[in-house]
Amino acid sequence: MNSFAEFILMGGYAFYVWTAYGIAFIVLLVNLIMPVVQRKQFLRELALKQKRIRQ
Amino acid sequence: MSFVPTPISRFFHRMASPPHFYSLTNKLLPWLMTIFILLLGYGLYGGLYLAPTDYQQGDSYRIIYVHVPAAWMSLFIYVVMAMAGAIGLIWRIKLAEIMVISSAPIGASFTFIALVTGALWGKPMWGTWWVWDARLTSELILLFLYLGIISLYGAIEDKRRASRAVSILALVGVVNIPIIHYSVEWWNTLHQGPTVTKIDKPSIHIDMLIPLLTMAIAFKFYYLIALLQAAKVELLRREQNSQWVRSMLETET
Repeated sequence: MNSFAEFILMGGYAFYVWTAYGIAFIVLLVNLIMPVVQRKQFLRELALKQKRIRQ
Repeated sequence: MSFVPTPISRFFHRMASPPHFYSLTNKLLPWLMTIFILLLGYGLYGGLYLAPTDYQQGDSYRIIYVHVPAAWMSLFIYVVMAMAGAIGLIWRIKLAEIMVISSAPIGASFTFIALVTGALWGKPMWGTWWVWDARLTSELILLFLYLGIISLYGAIEDKRRASRAVSILALVGVVNIPIIHYSVEWWNTLHQGPTVTKIDKPSIHIDMLIPLLTMAIAFKFYYLIALLQAAKVELLRREQNSQWVRSMLETET
């Protein structure tokens, strides 16, 4: 790799290389974000439930 | 015989206690994340930019830096999951059961990535997205095993019984692991043979090998991060009526 343009073009294989990395990136990102969202949602629901019990 | 707690057994007992695990995880995650991002950054820079172009495959070979580490992880996570399953079945350790079910979606993701990036590499090199050869088919079966474990767990209401069922399924599925690994040697396949794990000498240039191994280690750290995050959710669900979750809820919200 000698230039940025060469890096983007990937010797003519840009579609295959960048699609592969793009899909991998999205799948791995979803796996990191999902548990955080689920945990926050669960804690919120649990807090609501406990408030209702106390009342 | 009286039980005298040694420092080591006390350490394990504390580790397996849910509230301690939860707070330790929170302390560990920022460090793991930092190491992961540094390794990933170097691995991608080394693999996509620094490494030389392959004399046969051109730049299409650069898919290797995501394909091979993902395929290794798909096997590695399965073995970890089955081992955690065995520990959970034998010693009834709740955290081991949680590790089994928290590993499954991550393993499925890596298997999916290995298959998709393999197809994207196969198209320009073999001229086809997919062939029903031994390596590809056994990897596809691995994906179905992961998905089977996830749906079986979801189908059983009692989560301790669900854990036992999926642990047994995970252990039975272990037979597939050596089949995947040796498939390129046992059968004539379109998939190329091992280049890195050959005992005598890996047939890959050192400038290509270093980013590949860096990516492999980065993915190990990713697995640890994603596993701990998923385990926290599962632990909260199972322990929602316990005192430590209640007191944590009062301080956090």
